[in-house]
Parts: sequence; C-alpha cells; structure tokens
Amino acid sequence: MSKLEVNGLQAGYGGIHAVKGIDLHVEPGELVALIGSNGAGKTTTLKTLAGLLNPSAGQLLFDGKSLHAVAAHQRVAMGIALVPEGRGVFARLSVAENLLMGAYSRCDQAQINEDLARMYALFPRLVERREQLAGTLSGGEQQMLAMARALMSRPRLLMLDEPSMGLAPLMVKKIFATIREVAAQGMSILLVEQNARLALQVASRGYVMESGAITLSGSSAELLGSDAVQRAYLGG
Amino acid sequence: MDIFLQQIINGLVQGSVYALVALGYTMVYGILGLINFAHGEVVMAGAMLALSALTALISWGVAPLLALPVSLILAMAGCMLLGFGIERIAYRPLRHAPRLAPLITAIGVSIVLQNLAMMIWGRDYHAFPQLIKNQPHYVGGAIINDIQIIIVIMAVVIMAGLMIVVHRTSLGRAMRAVAENQHAAQLMGVDVNRVISITFMLGSALAAVAGLMVSANYGLAHYYMGFLLGLKAFTAAVLGGIGNLRGAMLGGLLLGLIESLGAGYIGPLTNGFMGSQYQDVFAFFVLIAVLVFRPSGLLGERLAERA
Ligand SMILES: Nc1ncnc2c1ncn2[C@@H]1O[C@H](COP(=O)(O)OP(=O)(O)OP(=O)(O)O)[C@@H](O)[C@H]1O
Ligand SMILES: [Mg+2]
Repeated sequence: MSKLEVNGLQAGYGGIHAVKGIDLHVEPGELVALIGSNGAGKTTTLKTLAGLLNPSAGQLLFDGKSLHAVAAHQRVAMGIALVPEGRGVFARLSVAENLLMGAYSRCDQAQINEDLARMYALFPRLVERREQLAGTLSGGEQQMLAMARALMSRPRLLMLDEPSMGLAPLMVKKIFATIREVAAQGMSILLVEQNARLALQVASRGYVMESGAITLSGSSAELLGSDAVQRAYLGG
Repeated sequence: MDIFLQQIINGLVQGSVYALVALGYTMVYGILGLINFAHGEVVMAGAMLALSALTALISWGVAPLLALPVSLILAMAGCMLLGFGIERIAYRPLRHAPRLAPLITAIGVSIVLQNLAMMIWGRDYHAFPQLIKNQPHYVGGAIINDIQIIIVIMAVVIMAGLMIVVHRTSLGRAMRAVAENQHAAQLMGVDVNRVISITFMLGSALAAVAGLMVSANYGLAHYYMGFLLGLKAFTAAVLGGIGNLRGAMLGGLLLGLIESLGAGYIGPLTNGFMGSQYQDVFAFFVLIAVLVFRPSGLLGERLAERA
C-alpha cells in the first residue's frame, strides 16, 4: 500500500484553479521530488495534503485511509508533517519551545526528550541556540529548526516545501545532506523544489508540475536525462 | 491622615482590578487581533452572578466563608461559558471578515448583554452583602481594609498563575504559537479553534474574579457597571501595549495609580475648580496621550510587526 496516494486532486483559491486534477503517490520509505517553476501549484498541493486548504475535488489517501474531512491538526497526529514554504518558525518562541511545539500532539514525555536529544545531534547548530528566540536565527538555522520541529512529531510522511529557498550554497548542501540522512532512516518524503537538479539528485522518483498539472513523471535518472526537463529546469 | 499613601493604596487596589480585566482584552487581542468590546460586560456578568449565588447561598444558611469562594467559582464558570459562547456565536463566523465587522459585532454583543442583565437583575443597584468584618488596618497614616488586602493578594496570585500557564505549559506555548502564526500552529497539531476558545474562557474567568472584587470593594453591583470599567481596563491594556501580557498588568496598575492620585490631588491643583468626581477623565486623558505619543504602549512592539 502506498504511504500517500493522490487521485485527481483539484484545489485553488476562490476562482483561481491552482491545481487542476493531479495524481501522484509516495511509497513507504521513498523520497519523491515534485518540481516545477513559480506558480506551478506545488505549494498549493502540499497545503492541501497538510489540510490547510480544502480540495475542490479528488481523493487523498494516507496509509490507505481517506483524508477527507480530517482537519489539519488531526493529520499531524496521523503522521503527516509539512515544513512549509518560508519555514514558519515561531519567531517569538525560543528554539527549544519551537521543537516542543513540534511534539505538541504527543504525550510520551520520555520519548519526546529522547527525540529532542536526537534533533540536537542531527542539527548541532541548534544546541547553543536553544534558549534564543527563533526569530534571531539565520535563514539556514531557521530551516534546520523547521525541519527538526517537523521531525519532532515523529511523522511517517515528511513534506518539505522548497527547503533550499534563499539559502547560501553551503547551507543548501547541509540541508540536503540531512534530507538524505532522514530518508536513509526509512522516512517517506515528498520534496518540493525549484532547484530541480538538487531535488532529483536526492530523490528516487520525480514529478514535473506545470500550471497546475503534472506533465512528466519518472525515475530521477529519466527526468534528469529528459530533454524537456533539461531545457526547462536545468538550463541545459 | 496621609493622603498620598492612601491614594497609592487605593490606586493599587483599583489597579489590580484593571489589570485582571486588561489581561482579558490583551489575551484576545494577542491571539485574534480583535478588540473584544464585550469584555466589560463579562466583568459585569461575573459580579452579578457572584452576587446572586452569594445571596442564594447565604439564604440557605451556608457560612459566609464558604459561600464566598463557592460563588466566586460559580461566577467564573458562568463567565467562562459566556466567553466561550461570545466567541462561538459572535466572532468565529467573522474570523475572516474585514476587521470592522467583528468590532461592530462586539459593540452589539455588549448592548445585548447589558440588556439581558437588565432584564434578569433589573435596573437597581444591588448591595453587596456585608459578609466579613472587613477590618481596617492602619499603615503609616493610611487605611487598608481586609477586602482590599484580599483583592491585591488574589490579583497577584492569579497573574503569577497566568504567567506560569502562558510561559511554562504546553497550552501556553500553543497560545503563543497561535498568536504568532495560526497556519504553522495547525501544522504542529494544534487545534486552533480550541486554543482560541480556551483563551476567551481564561480571560472571562479573570473577568469574573475582577467583577466580584469591584462589587465587594464598593459594596455595589449594577447591570451597567461593565461599561466604564471595561473602557478603563481597555485603556490600561493600550497603555501597557495591547497584546502584551506584562503590559496589561503594568498598564492596569499604572492606570489605577494615576486615577487615584489624580482624584486625590485634582482639587488642590485646580484650586477647587474640579473635584474628585472628575476621576474618570484621567483614564481617557491617559488613553489619548498614549495614542498620540506612544501608540504601541509602554511595553508594546512597534505596530508594524503586528499589522
Ligand atoms: N493565497 C492565495 N490566494 C490566491 N491565489 C494564490 C494563493 N496562493 C497561491 N495562489 C496562486 O495559485 C497558483 C499556484 O501557486 P503555488 O504557490 O501553489 O505555486 P508554487 O508552485 O508553489 O510556486 P513557487 O515555486 O513560486 O512557490 C499561483 O498562480 C498563485 O498565484
Ligand atoms: Mg511554492
């Protein structure tokens, strides 16, 4: 059974149709990339999956269970986590408090503490900034915090919306190394990126989205080699 | 008698009440960006409910020292229900409406509650029964009585408790997270509607305590008492920086002191032209001065961050 299955998903804002009937799936333990240019509908897709936006049509299945009428906050408890575009860290909460917010829907205190320790091990930068307000972190540190915070919910599907946005190359490298590490531990991941090359380098499969529809899909190698992707996204 | 010390004491007592009410305004504003103008009516409802409960309990022969806390708890429960209902019925449907809509609704709710209270409790002033001896104590030429001491101690304990909840518990973290970014809070698994309901209920519980305090202190309760008290507490919240909890407490105490010292000295200052009956104008002088010179309040952030 797929970890995530999306059939004929349509979503938008009022009269704007941003996602016009897409199908995609993520298998357990798989890292799948969703690439596409500005305004393609990637963020809208992820928002709908997280429950922040209601779909106008289509079916969403998580572990085979329909997400219809499941509120955003309940999806977190089910195991779906989204690191949103722009990170969405709580600027006026400390780093440690942000991490605890990630564990909000859990009540296994001992394991929460264990996971905190694991996050600080995964992102050593956050350790010395534990008591600092998250708003004072650099962009890269905020991205780390947003990822760590999402992992604190012990998700079974992690969705990342443009983790490389606005970061210096070195920081992008670090973030992607961590994504690889998390994926290697068996996490199912749906990765949205404009940086197609980078995304396809870590993903096993990918989808290309254009004006609300999926126009291409295949293994990362296929997509990296395809003329259409080369021309449109890889500047080759 | 030492007028200065006496006015400081009176100011601290009244300021404690303002602070508790101001917290309700500021908590709701912090989380929703909404000024709940019906909050003063919740204070009134708290006073009236407590008074009714107290009268009933006493007539059943319950000992005053038991009747007081029981009626306080009943009033708090009643006000929490009221606060919950106000948000559910009047504000939630307008969550995404232009900001003016909930503001007008708030005024509407306020009028409805006043009229309801008038229908239930009538237009008369209700005397607060004399339950405890209310012993006066003399400190350095001024007087402070038992009720005043209880008011200040209770206010301090409640405010400390609120700060612990907001800054040290998972609920408080969720409240601060919702105040900052509702979408992100949802992504953490926070049921935003629930947190908003709880915020209204907490604020309303504080209002109930404040309502009982003022009616015990002045010995009176009245269906119209929430209006002026609410406006002044709102002024206190703006003075401290609306949306900021510490600001609400500071603003409340300061406003209490300003009013009380103002009332004490306005006569001599104006050569007897104005008397202490002008006490109420100080609150609004303060409001205007704050809005002109420091619109974000004493502890408030720059307004741009809040837009
Ligand atoms: N809140 C909104 N209200 C109205 N229209 C919106 C809103 N958010 C996005 N849109 C529109 O929906 C379409 C898809 O936007 P979306 O944010 O999903 O694109 P994206 O693929 O994530 O783009 P980017 O790579 O720039 O983040 C765009 O045409 C956008 O203008
Ligand atoms: Mg996007």
